[in-house]
Amino acid sequence: MRMLSPAFPEPGDPGSSAGALLEPAPGPPRSLFRRGLAAFLEHKLAVAAVGVLACYIVFCYLGPVFYHGDTSQVRMGELTRPPGAGRPLGTDQQGVDELGKLMRSGRVTLEVGVTSGLLASVIGTLYGAVAGYAGGWVDALMMRTVDALMAIPIVFALVYLAATRGRTKTVFILAIALTSWFGLTRLTRGDTLALKVRDYVAACRMMGGRTPRILTRHILPNTAGTTIVNTSLTVADSVFALSVLSYLGLGLPAPDDDWGGMFAAGAGYLDQGYWWMIYPPGLSIVLVIVSCTLVGDALRDVFEPRRPQGVTRLWPS
Amino acid sequence: MTPYLIRRLLQAVATLFIVSIVAFWLLHLMPDGVARGLLGPRATPELIAREEHQLGLDRTLVVQYGIWLTKLLHGDLGTSPVYHQSVSALIGERLGQSAYLAALALLITVLLAVPVGVLQATRAGSLTDHTLTTLSFVGYAVPVFFVGPLLRDVFQVRLHWVPIANQIDSFHSALIQPEQLVLPVATLVIGLLAGYSRYVRSAMLDELTQDYVRTAVAKGARGRRVLYRHVLRNAMLPMATLIGLSLPGLVGGALLVEQVFNIQGLGWLTVQAAQRDDFAVVLGTTMLTALATVAGSLLADVSYAALDPRVRLT
Repeated sequence: MRMLSPAFPEPGDPGSSAGALLEPAPGPPRSLFRRGLAAFLEHKLAVAAVGVLACYIVFCYLGPVFYHGDTSQVRMGELTRPPGAGRPLGTDQQGVDELGKLMRSGRVTLEVGVTSGLLASVIGTLYGAVAGYAGGWVDALMMRTVDALMAIPIVFALVYLAATRGRTKTVFILAIALTSWFGLTRLTRGDTLALKVRDYVAACRMMGGRTPRILTRHILPNTAGTTIVNTSLTVADSVFALSVLSYLGLGLPAPDDDWGGMFAAGAGYLDQGYWWMIYPPGLSIVLVIVSCTLVGDALRDVFEPRRPQGVTRLWPS
Repeated sequence: MTPYLIRRLLQAVATLFIVSIVAFWLLHLMPDGVARGLLGPRATPELIAREEHQLGLDRTLVVQYGIWLTKLLHGDLGTSPVYHQSVSALIGERLGQSAYLAALALLITVLLAVPVGVLQATRAGSLTDHTLTTLSFVGYAVPVFFVGPLLRDVFQVRLHWVPIANQIDSFHSALIQPEQLVLPVATLVIGLLAGYSRYVRSAMLDELTQDYVRTAVAKGARGRRVLYRHVLRNAMLPMATLIGLSLPGLVGGALLVEQVFNIQGLGWLTVQAAQRDDFAVVLGTTMLTALATVAGSLLADVSYAALDPRVRLT
């Protein structure tokens, strides 16, 4: 379950992934990027997910150019109207056009989600690399702190960060970013522990390379795969976190409310059957989260190819 | 084992200590929330100063933390300035129904996840496997707060299969109205099942690649016997770990489910308190959940060693 909590510990999954990068490619040699792209394109669902995300970006940013739903005015005569002529998705409890609002709130969701996802990735990667490379008691202290932070339910942390620091976009971006880097930091630390004992790192150190140089030129580029894969997943988590806050009534105030806020407003009218207030924002959140997760999964196969191992069949299937 | 246990316990205590510092510091970042929130926007600065003095908020953060921690170590979580009740009493009223909901969901999830995961692993790569994989992916990715209202819309509002939500405000009311728990538990199970069944599937596949399975099949043991006598037993070991580690997720999920279905449990209390700047209650529930999380991961490690004689904890 998407829970704003560390992902399930997964044992090696021999059943999935083709390990496309390991296959000797026929024909002339291809660049790393081309081979990676080919491996990604094999994941049809992930390609579709990229399409969905592109559609949403176009919808939210170019949509207002073509569709002029007035989202600023409260019209008492038009409260909670079902979809009809001139209002393709109906109106909300304040008479505001839902389609126009969907575009506006979508921009908030996408901006906060992507920004805090990127920020969390930067924090997580740097923290993990420093802890892993430093080793010893510095590492122990840094990782124990992460353990402690992970023991605080992230929903709680978010709830009071948002409740206490004033509700602006910047606060939300910071709050979400600051609560979603723990998983990545553990992965990066693990990578760094393995990388720092490699010969080329020792060689660099022997030639007089200083720690910052080793970290930025030799360690971090080699952990980039982990970072890229997880950024996509972190963006999904950030969108989820933002929606959760709005759903709990602790989100951004209008006119900066996001899809979660729209959904929460609609959910209040569930018993009246005003479906047009619930499903457009709800499905948008689901589609964006699912798409980001699918892209992340496909990227993992591109960056961390695994070969399927021999599975003994208990009976013919 | 004993030295390991002692070290692990010390680590747990250290973790909780760091949690308490972080949580306390975070909460007291509040600009002028508590007293202002209690007295309303028209309170004069003098009134606010007096209220803050009464609540001990005018002392330095370190002193406040010291007082709070001393009380905590004596089992006193403090008094809520909003509810004028002790935090332990408030939590006590809410804990029962939350724990009941979470335990039911966890039990049903495990009971469903094992057969689903086994089915997928023994038919890895088949249409059944792919279908269930896709379904569990959707179950994992779709947020709880969407599944909840969706189920309510379909089964309560449109089909009338389940009566319209009554509020559940005590453990007793949760016990006597089992029909009210169907949808909340279903919502949690849908969210949890994906992770658990994936885990069982992976663990099963791991075992199926082992030599002892090939040996058993080669000597002529029947598939069913190999499955129940050999593979399943070994594949179930990590379940203990998984249950221990999934506690924070369960708590977070329960918080949302309580919100959707109007169950006045621990999560509901926390959200209410956060909305009303009631730092004492939020601190209390946070520490309680952190304790559960740390205890969960400790139990996971220990039970793993207890169940698998090959694992030596040092």
